[in-house]
Amino acid sequence: MIEVDRLSVRFGRTEAVKFVSFSVERGESFGLVGESGSGKSTVLRALSGLNPDWTGRMSVDGQSLTPRRSKDFYRRVQMVFQDPYGSLHPRQTVDRLLSEPLLVHGMDNVERRIMRGLNEVALPASMRFRYPHQLSGGQRQRVAIARALMAEPQVLLLDEPTSALDVSVQAEVLNLLSDLQQAHHLTYILVSHNLAVVAHLCARIGVMQAGELVELLSADDLRAGRTRHPHTAALRELSIELEEPETTEGNSA
Amino acid sequence: MLVEIRNLRIQFPTATGHSDAVHNVSLTLGQEKLGIVGESGSGKSLTARSILRLLPFNAVVTADKLEFDGIDVLRADEAALRRIRGARAGLILQDPKFSLNPVMTAGAQIAEAWRVHRGGSRKLAERAAIDLLAQVQIRDPRHVAQAYPHELSGGMGQRVMIAMMLAPGPELLIADEPTSALDATVQAEILRLIEDLVSRRGMGLILISHDLPLVSHFCDRVAVMYAGRVVEEVAAAELTHARHPYTRGLLECLPTLSHKKPRLTVMQRDPSWLEP
Repeated sequence: MIEVDRLSVRFGRTEAVKFVSFSVERGESFGLVGESGSGKSTVLRALSGLNPDWTGRMSVDGQSLTPRRSKDFYRRVQMVFQDPYGSLHPRQTVDRLLSEPLLVHGMDNVERRIMRGLNEVALPASMRFRYPHQLSGGQRQRVAIARALMAEPQVLLLDEPTSALDVSVQAEVLNLLSDLQQAHHLTYILVSHNLAVVAHLCARIGVMQAGELVELLSADDLRAGRTRHPHTAALRELSIELEEPETTEGNSA
Repeated sequence: MLVEIRNLRIQFPTATGHSDAVHNVSLTLGQEKLGIVGESGSGKSLTARSILRLLPFNAVVTADKLEFDGIDVLRADEAALRRIRGARAGLILQDPKFSLNPVMTAGAQIAEAWRVHRGGSRKLAERAAIDLLAQVQIRDPRHVAQAYPHELSGGMGQRVMIAMMLAPGPELLIADEPTSALDATVQAEILRLIEDLVSRRGMGLILISHDLPLVSHFCDRVAVMYAGRVVEEVAAAELTHARHPYTRGLLECLPTLSHKKPRLTVMQRDPSWLEP
């Protein structure tokens, strides 16, 4: 479904992404992990068309990507960002936010689609005419997901979709994302610095460090500690150490 | 006791009366590390900030007792509060991008905090700033002292914030989600740094976060807040034996690397949690 071949992105003299290659099957979830500045979001932005300045080859659904994309590409590939408050227009109601992609892509049955969209992300119909500031963080992220789904995409690019949310809300959103993937046969690329979140949603994971993809491995290998690159091992160790509550028996921090 | 809170109640006026943001909260803190954990809106930040009386102007605060080192914070005048705020109790906020002055160098901001509370010459303050930057484990403190906030990474910025808060030599440090804007590796480094500095200087620490397992690694005790109430207080080491369903819910809803879960547990909220 998605092929990325020797993708490089430069910002001035900085090489933010260096020769990154990976492929994602249709209906699969692929995760990209790494620290801030490792280039994981830059890969996503180049793929989504938000940054036209890249070299290498990328294709989605067999079609080679050019810096300028067709309107249909922007329908089939949608993105969800970290901060739902920053990505929703503050002066637009949920109704307007959800109808915008339908208008842009000339889709019919606006009324029915909006109601179905709200229903799919488990938001009550009463939320339809609210503004983003009248919603909680979790509800806002649900609106952002509903908006991404409005145009019936094939690919969802998720950039830290749960890092701004409470852990209890994070669980709800992650469950929602797996349900939606099954229901619509979506292909996901999930970018996060949280290994546990990525391993939960994605079967295959790419680890990035300083712009390079240093390791590709399965979530099961990551869980079991079958890592090859020292950076992957270090990230894994830290994640395991901090996710378990401190116990009397001990491994003190 | 460094901090003593008994029956703290914080209300906000609404169109139809008052809403309770914090309800019947009692906490004490000595020279120890206390974690306050809860979701957004659970009142954890309000509770911690009430110790410095740093609340929105329309907040109605009542308490049987709200004391910082024996000083009645509710009845103290502004001059008395100024001798606590910053000087004896420092506050570290979530995002250094918004807490640092963008048009002052890191060194100048730390030196300012030093001079405001301790006096002394400009030269002395500058030297102290560099020394503080070294204490927060910045490798090249002279260089970082000359840098503006936009030239620093998130983790560096948070170290500068910590150095600034330590300048007056406070007895209490309140860290309100100090690492939520940082990624996992830096998060652990900053929390270790805070824990280490607090232990070495014999300070009290209030660490506010929504990540319960994380907090338990850096605190002695954890107070779990839900809808403005403290529903459970447990020793950090006893967290796995926590009894309250909300505390258990917070632990169980997290995805983990060590155990694969096909589906995450979603918290079922029980109205009875709201009863006193």
